Amino acid sequence: MIIVRSRRLALGVTLMVSALVTVPVGIPASASTPVKAATAQDPKILRIGVTQAVDSLNPFISITRTGTDILRSQFEFLTTYSQGSMTPEGTLAEKWETSDDKLTWKFHFRKDVKWSDGEPVTAKDAAFTFNKMLDDEVARTANGSYVAQWESVEATDDQTLVIKTKVPQATMEALDIPIVPEHIWSKLADIGAEATYPMVGSGPYYITEFKEAQFTKMKANKNYWRGAPKIDELHFIYYRNADAAVTALQSGQIDLVNRLTPQQFDALKNDPNVALNNAQNRRFNEIVINPGAATNDGTPIGDGNPALKDVKLRQAIAQAIDSKTLVDKVWGGYATEGAGYIPPVFADFAWQPSGKQVRKFDLDAANKALDAAGYKKKGDDGIRLDKTGKPMNFRLLAHAEANLDETAGPFVKGWLKDIGIGITLEPVSDDQVNEDTTRGDFDLAFSGWNANPDPDYVLSLQTCANRPNAEGKGGTPDSFLCDKTYDNLYKKQLSEFDRDKRIDLVKQMQSRLYDQATTVILGYDNALEAYNKKAFEGFPLQPADKGVIMNQQGYWGYYGATPAGEGPVPVYGENGENTATGDGTTEAAADDGGNTGLILGIVGGVIVILLIGGLLVMRGRRKTAEDRE
Amino acid sequence: MSDILIPTEEALAEVPPPTRGGGTVRYVLTKIGGGLISFALVIVLGFLLFRALPGNVIATMTRGRPATPEMIAQLEDEYGLNDSLWQQFLTYVGNLLHGDLGNSYIFRVPVLQKIEERLWPTVLLVGVATLISVALGLWLGTRSGWRRGSRFDRVSTGVALTLWSTPTFWLGMLLLAGTTGLFPTAGLVYSDTPPDFFSQAVDMAHHLVLPTITLVAVTYAQYQLVMRSSLIEEMGADYLTTARAKGLRDDQVRRKHAVPNALLPTVTLVFLHLGFVIAGAITTETVFSWPGLGLLTYDALRVHDLPLLQGTFVVLAGAVIFMNVIADLLYRVLDPRVRAS
Repeated sequence: MIIVRSRRLALGVTLMVSALVTVPVGIPASASTPVKAATAQDPKILRIGVTQAVDSLNPFISITRTGTDILRSQFEFLTTYSQGSMTPEGTLAEKWETSDDKLTWKFHFRKDVKWSDGEPVTAKDAAFTFNKMLDDEVARTANGSYVAQWESVEATDDQTLVIKTKVPQATMEALDIPIVPEHIWSKLADIGAEATYPMVGSGPYYITEFKEAQFTKMKANKNYWRGAPKIDELHFIYYRNADAAVTALQSGQIDLVNRLTPQQFDALKNDPNVALNNAQNRRFNEIVINPGAATNDGTPIGDGNPALKDVKLRQAIAQAIDSKTLVDKVWGGYATEGAGYIPPVFADFAWQPSGKQVRKFDLDAANKALDAAGYKKKGDDGIRLDKTGKPMNFRLLAHAEANLDETAGPFVKGWLKDIGIGITLEPVSDDQVNEDTTRGDFDLAFSGWNANPDPDYVLSLQTCANRPNAEGKGGTPDSFLCDKTYDNLYKKQLSEFDRDKRIDLVKQMQSRLYDQATTVILGYDNALEAYNKKAFEGFPLQPADKGVIMNQQGYWGYYGATPAGEGPVPVYGENGENTATGDGTTEAAADDGGNTGLILGIVGGVIVILLIGGLLVMRGRRKTAEDRE
Repeated sequence: MSDILIPTEEALAEVPPPTRGGGTVRYVLTKIGGGLISFALVIVLGFLLFRALPGNVIATMTRGRPATPEMIAQLEDEYGLNDSLWQQFLTYVGNLLHGDLGNSYIFRVPVLQKIEERLWPTVLLVGVATLISVALGLWLGTRSGWRRGSRFDRVSTGVALTLWSTPTFWLGMLLLAGTTGLFPTAGLVYSDTPPDFFSQAVDMAHHLVLPTITLVAVTYAQYQLVMRSSLIEEMGADYLTTARAKGLRDDQVRRKHAVPNALLPTVTLVFLHLGFVIAGAITTETVFSWPGLGLLTYDALRVHDLPLLQGTFVVLAGAVIFMNVIADLLYRVLDPRVRAS
């Protein structure tokens, strides 16, 4: 009997605890929400939903999209990319000059720039940051590639920084390295350690709290040299589930979200509280064609079909792939048709074929080109024979879980069938695609990269030197192209410091790449963003035309975040000066009842829960009463 | 969740060893020994899984990240990939015995620290959900079993089975969509909740609602069904006739005689299930961005943080084994018949 009693006791405790846990549910709804609705003295907070966790907030370590995006607002750089056109412009460095041999760079620092704790920002902070990277391997984790070819760094006085490089380096005007305060970071024993908060910074906001896998909170930096932002706090909130983030945006729990799918984006179209931003992105998607993979010393590797060495065949394949259809079917229209290697968002460097060079989607023309090139069509299955008499059946390597590959694969297969080429789709894991393409074990493969405002990195992917070494390491080739003309152009642009001349060279390279047809650009998918227009007037886009709010190459979107009724949204022109004029107060600002629906909903929910609970209890009592009778 | 019933049935079918002199000690030692052997196997499996993955581990981890040849060499050194397989295994076991699970590649902190950080949100969520499921399951199971075939029995059993077969992810999404604005959709607390204890606790309870409902809905059926069937088994027993003959009311017969005896299998099930409390609910945590161990495992998988994955694997598997041993031991404590035999 004792056992029986203790069991009943356990059951009782269980029930009580569960009752206690469920009871407080109603309280926050009724108690805390009205507080939120009150305005005036409340801090103005921009709540951003991010779908990727922060890896680290140590500027020497962080490499994820979310981590670096947050840190861009925390620390200033020597230079940044302008809002309007994404050209390098001075921030901490007001102006700079380089020696004739392009090996010595002198950066002149802006005066009266202060850290968020009031200390002055000087060239010595920058020298400390860069020297740390030269000395300590851990400090090179995130941005080591920028300093790989540096000779020395020295602050000759508080306002002058001198950097000497071993070879001319075109990226010197856009060093993507956050400058940390020497008076804080020089005291750290381990430069890779987790940061402490609040974190002293020089950007428009500084980090005050970080809860891993939950949120990062930033406060406006009142000492910011461009002037304090219009909002008081910036919160980055982690949503593992993008649909949950969309729901949160609609119910006002967050104000801004990006990386929406076309379906989510379309679903938000009818929401009167939500404004949409269909922005150009910096990613290009492609199919690479193996032109005969080899190591960087020219030794052939991999099992690519040798027929694809023929440039005419590759060009015919490229002509048989219709970017327009893919833009519609894969990205729901939220993409731009493929052209050059550099995405159109980088308007200066982007290139489009013109005149005779254009390969318009045309199956007949592709068929004729193949006929003319001597690929005879063979009998029943309609598959052509290659020059050695074998039927042309190629493999198309695809990422098993990627929407693009899954949707576009069957289209590509169908089009190529029409020109007498057989395709076997091979969906495998991302790792497998990566390994097979690096080893040259592929015929055709889906691929894609994110380009930067400086095109050097993606252009380097197509050079001979970027092929792997004899052990299969040390290179990440895109398509195994190794072309003398292309490589010569690459070298020229690398040491060309006149921007217009460099742009011309970069365009020539893309033209050459287009003709070589080792890659077929399928399209550039857009960045789909949405924000709560009852709470925010808007955000500065980068670039100003069709640009993004989040994940900019800078901090303009967050720095210029404009609460509803406090417009106009700033436009940062030459040297970051705000050139926006007029008062942009819109009707959206007048309505302050954004939370009413939420409160009503919560109150309703509580009533429903109480009702159900009450019913269950009453029902239980009635049953017991019946039993007693 | 259906897999949870399988070990239960095995455990229930297991005949306790004959208890002659020193039987208790032998029983306890056998169970603990069995647990230790299982854990040793888990350790070996964790090691092999990490090494048997196709392709180059370092290449997988550094994919899509800037990695110079010297960094790759350093990583290979750090993870001891240049040593012989035996040497690697010995180092791994040695470190494990010191409680060292290595460093997370992404977070750059010890794996154990990461696991400790994420432990309590999981214990909170799954703990609360288990308490509610148990209470709900026992209550519904008792009622439906006592009045077998009644409308209440048919409806509640039907609902329980339907919810049990519902995919967790789908149910979670449905709740998210159906309660727009009523409840928070991610995390433990809002980022702007005041730091005082009361506000934080209340906000956390608010955040707990949707994930808890989801977890309860997909798990309570097992308690209800086990309770129901064991109660039905007891109902034909002679002692209930005796109890009724004594003039006890139906309600008293049920509460004082039938239920306590029918409770045993359910209690065992609860303890078996506690092992999974640590394992959490990967799907639920993912849908509601609940920062627990499940989400940690899922994120580690996505970003190819292999040391972290290996660590969570060993810890989660270890927790299940530990709770299984406890359940075995408790079974003996709880059932006087087993002890007496």
